[in-house]
Amino acid sequence: MSTVKLTVNGKAVAVDVEDRTLLVHVLRDHLNLTGTHVGCDTSQCGACVVHMDGRAVKSCTMLAGQADGANVTTIEGIAKGDELHPMQAAFRDNHGLQCGYCTPGMIMSAIDIVHRHGGQLDEATVRQELEGNICRCTGYHNIVKAVLDAAGRMKVSQAAE
Amino acid sequence: MYQTTYHRASSVDEAASLFGKSSEAKFLAGGQTLLPVMKQRLAAPTDVIDLGKIKDMIGVEASGDTLTIKAATPHYDVATSDAAKKAIPALAYLASLIGDPAVRYRGTIGGSIANNDPAADYPAGLLALGATVKTNKRSIAADDFFKGLFTTALEDGEIITAVSFPVPAKAGYAKMRHPASRFALTAVFVAQTKSGEIRVAATGASQSGVMRVGVIEAALKANWSPSALDSVNIPASGLLADIHGTAEYRANLVKVMAQRAVAAAG
Repeated sequence: MSTVKLTVNGKAVAVDVEDRTLLVHVLRDHLNLTGTHVGCDTSQCGACVVHMDGRAVKSCTMLAGQADGANVTTIEGIAKGDELHPMQAAFRDNHGLQCGYCTPGMIMSAIDIVHRHGGQLDEATVRQELEGNICRCTGYHNIVKAVLDAAGRMKVSQAAE
Repeated sequence: MYQTTYHRASSVDEAASLFGKSSEAKFLAGGQTLLPVMKQRLAAPTDVIDLGKIKDMIGVEASGDTLTIKAATPHYDVATSDAAKKAIPALAYLASLIGDPAVRYRGTIGGSIANNDPAADYPAGLLALGATVKTNKRSIAADDFFKGLFTTALEDGEIITAVSFPVPAKAGYAKMRHPASRFALTAVFVAQTKSGEIRVAATGASQSGVMRVGVIEAALKANWSPSALDSVNIPASGLLADIHGTAEYRANLVKVMAQRAVAAAG
């Protein structure tokens, strides 16, 4: 057992876990942040993507100990109160989800994509960059539309800040 | 995953000492291979020693005719490094094709070559560029480092600290990605050193892991152009065959990827 200290969605937390515990299980089972999903458990589907120190990583492919001291943001941490994050709003407006299972990981990856590419996003880039996230419902079309829509909204909201 | 004990090393010496004190330890770099393998219970180290936070092991530096990538540098940092893109753009491009974006944030060059997956990208880059693997004990030429499937010249407890690449005159990389795993169905790295030597390495093709391709090197030495390989025949014997492609298919891919790599190198 080890004590793992993290900042999750802006809040300092400490959890006592077995060393074999994965970050995703700390989030889900110890912190009750069940928005982060376990899809494939083989590091392929991306349903477990969270931001760690500003980078979108697969939380099922990290030991909790590796994240000790890190700043973690989950899907629960991106809205401002009742106001959805522009990426969440764009997914809703563009019908970018059906069953919703992949959506938290999609949104966390998509925010990272927009952060990295800024205004230079086009459809081909979004499709290529989403390769680590699998969706079995939508056929990706509306997800791609949502990411492009959100990229514009995020640019506007950044300019306003 | 079976029970294990996690250690975070703060220096290479501490990591080596922790390894010596454990019964069956494994070094953990980015964990993008080791952790999935442990989750499947195909590996059960008593201890995992995390190298990912050792500051001396992270970074990309160019100096003179050498590009050095420290072992715990994630693929994303190599792919976006100005030093790497300027010195050896083909190598930065190679890093940008590994796995997916989340994997590239975590996976490292040291982890990739220590694992030596027969379809991994970096082994082809190291072999074609004639890189040198630096460990906490010695320097190993890439020609002597890769010893077959998942096998390297590393001794028990030896830690890769960096890889240094001589900057080539020209280099190119072309990869036929498996669309699901994103490993190389076959990929080829071609390089022309500043002294005029031609080195070509293929990954994903051979049953023995990464390999030099002598017939392509000879053809490119005579004429550095994609068309020089039109009549080259790669034997299918000893090549991998699976549900994704026959040995003959991969033999042809070696040639086609080499042609594309030469075209990319210019």
